[in-house]
Amino acid sequence: MLTALFTDIHGNREAFEACLAHASRYPIDRYVFLGDYVGYGADPGFVVDTVRDFAARGAIALIGNHDSAAIGARERMNEEAALAIDWTRAQLDPAQLAFLKNRPFTAEHNGTLYVHASAAEPEHWDYLLDTSAAARCFLATAAERIFCGHTHAPALFHRSLTGKLAGFEPVAGVATPLTAQRRWVAVIGSVGQPRDRNPAACYALYDDATRELTYLRLPYDIESAQRKIRDAGLPLFLSARLAWGR
Amino acid sequence: MELAPGQIIDGFRLEAPLNPGGMANLWRVTRQTANPVDPMPKAEAPSPADAMPLLMKIPFTRGGESPVNIVGFEVEGMILPRLSGAHVPRFVAAGDFSSPYIVMELIAGESLKARLDATPLSADETAAIGAKIAVALHDLHRQHVIHLDLKPSNVIIRESGEAALIDFGLSRHEQLPDLVGEEIDGPVGTGPYIAPEQLVGVRSDPRSDLFALGVILYFLATGERPFGDPHTMIEWRRRLWRDPVPPRARNKHVPPYLQEIILRCLEVDPAARPQTAADLAFALRNPECVILTARAERMQRDGIAQVFTRWLRSGQSAFPPPQRSVATQLARAPIILAAVDLAPGHEALSEAVASAVARLIATEPGARLACINVLKGSLLAIDPTEDAQGRSVQLQRLIELKHWARNVALPAERITFHAIEAMDAAATIIDFARHNRADHIVIGARASSALRRYLGSVSSQVVAEAPCTVTVVRVAR
Repeated sequence: MLTALFTDIHGNREAFEACLAHASRYPIDRYVFLGDYVGYGADPGFVVDTVRDFAARGAIALIGNHDSAAIGARERMNEEAALAIDWTRAQLDPAQLAFLKNRPFTAEHNGTLYVHASAAEPEHWDYLLDTSAAARCFLATAAERIFCGHTHAPALFHRSLTGKLAGFEPVAGVATPLTAQRRWVAVIGSVGQPRDRNPAACYALYDDATRELTYLRLPYDIESAQRKIRDAGLPLFLSARLAWGR
Repeated sequence: MELAPGQIIDGFRLEAPLNPGGMANLWRVTRQTANPVDPMPKAEAPSPADAMPLLMKIPFTRGGESPVNIVGFEVEGMILPRLSGAHVPRFVAAGDFSSPYIVMELIAGESLKARLDATPLSADETAAIGAKIAVALHDLHRQHVIHLDLKPSNVIIRESGEAALIDFGLSRHEQLPDLVGEEIDGPVGTGPYIAPEQLVGVRSDPRSDLFALGVILYFLATGERPFGDPHTMIEWRRRLWRDPVPPRARNKHVPPYLQEIILRCLEVDPAARPQTAADLAFALRNPECVILTARAERMQRDGIAQVFTRWLRSGQSAFPPPQRSVATQLARAPIILAAVDLAPGHEALSEAVASAVARLIATEPGARLACINVLKGSLLAIDPTEDAQGRSVQLQRLIELKHWARNVALPAERITFHAIEAMDAAATIIDFARHNRADHIVIGARASSALRRYLGSVSSQVVAEAPCTVTVVRVAR
């Protein structure tokens, strides 16, 4: 079974459409959206509607911290992010807000746990940036694989039977086998606001049959996404960083 | 689980046990194609490849297996399916966690280990075997994999003559997580063959495999291992400061060129070794082109002062791991082939090719340049006076080639000259490029004419059939 994984779309229509168009070339059996549909970008309504359509057809769609903030929860955020959330909330209609409100924190299927940030206290949005954060995540679940996002930087952590834990920076386009002999946490990079110094949109494909995870990077129309952010009067930094990839 | 002949695992029938490997039971198996009871859940559909003999590797499960064995099996299962070509066994199928195994091609051929009893081998045979292994290593490195446990028992010479490398349990695929390096603290490898930088934990340098190949060459040429068969860590580390007895001191029949190559491979500093396996294969196949240094004539080991200096420097910091990917490292030491036309009347073209080559070398300071000129065999045969002087014609061409390359800024050991007599210039150039794993051909194209269109052009044939990048140089009109 082939699963397409998207996370941290952040209202970036151009990046999201590029990823969906690319994924449509494959026989995808399941779409999984790991949260943070809104915030930062200028097209939150489009992204929420699109994900809602997929969810109506059986896709998994989880909640992220920006979605949580958009529906009124108190989340810790920097100034630009908070400004973007205030703007975003005004853009969404009640049905769109209700969709965000009904998103679960986690989903589990066939040995895989899906969560926005970390299996360890999903509602506290831990950042899986190092092996100690990965260790907390592994401890919190018995799942063989955890697929998450939140950091906007692709990373792959693995834990052997002897308890050795290590991280790896996945290579785009290379199918990486998530071997059965160990447990894995895959942090999927961001669709709409990559921060690993590569501005290309990121999503991933996982094949149950071969256990192979492939990170994909797609160039998209960054200039249009930037222009819309500026036209909306959102902080200029949110526009500029899309081209920097950080 | 007790394994017995006739037992069927996922559609593979165990036929006969083979000598067990270091970390697994090895069985010759056949694929069961006509067994309706067993639907072959995890195996691929039968294909013509099933006609080849198959090997099943089943990890020991006696309990108490070392972490190296357990992770090694996992790593081989990761890497082998991603490799292709004649220099590795073909991957067929793998079992899952509850029934782990790997099925691969059982390579028909002779293990290099079997040749060790016949050592010392002649220089020609040592060089020929070494070149085959180097070609296999280059193919592996191009696929982003460093073997890191190269030794005679992991080399099989196929019946067709190519070397195949086996056992990737300690290998590193630079685009996949390094499970061995993460699991094991401390060096992983085989005592006699492990490279100095592996002893301090570097697992990302393809030149480590060239060190191990140097140990194999030394063994084949002298009948002895350069660093013995060490078992303790301090014995492993001794190679960081103690140089081996020069091969010629152990076997006086070892020619200077071969000693030069072997001792270069065994240099402690990876930067002093051949930089790519293709470069090493080139040297082994073109002994007359090897530039001899003091290494070639050495008959004794270094004095105590030099050894002591190396011992002082043998700490961890001596080997910063390469910051570049394997692919980049290979690309920085390309083999460039200049096809040089020395015919009278085409001086402007040969000058244009020379300046194109000089510009290319300026951007690739680690390159090796092979300058070749094809002497038309058919023309020589027609003219009896030329034929009688055939030898001197070839010498004259070599002199002209060296003159042609006088402005190429490369050290002498990285530029070679070849005047080859042949009927078909294009085919000769293409064969030379393929045989020597050239990365780039630079060739001139003469001005087009009706006759040339009729006869066909050498450069266009080279462009069409070359196994690598080709730059065609023209003189603007």
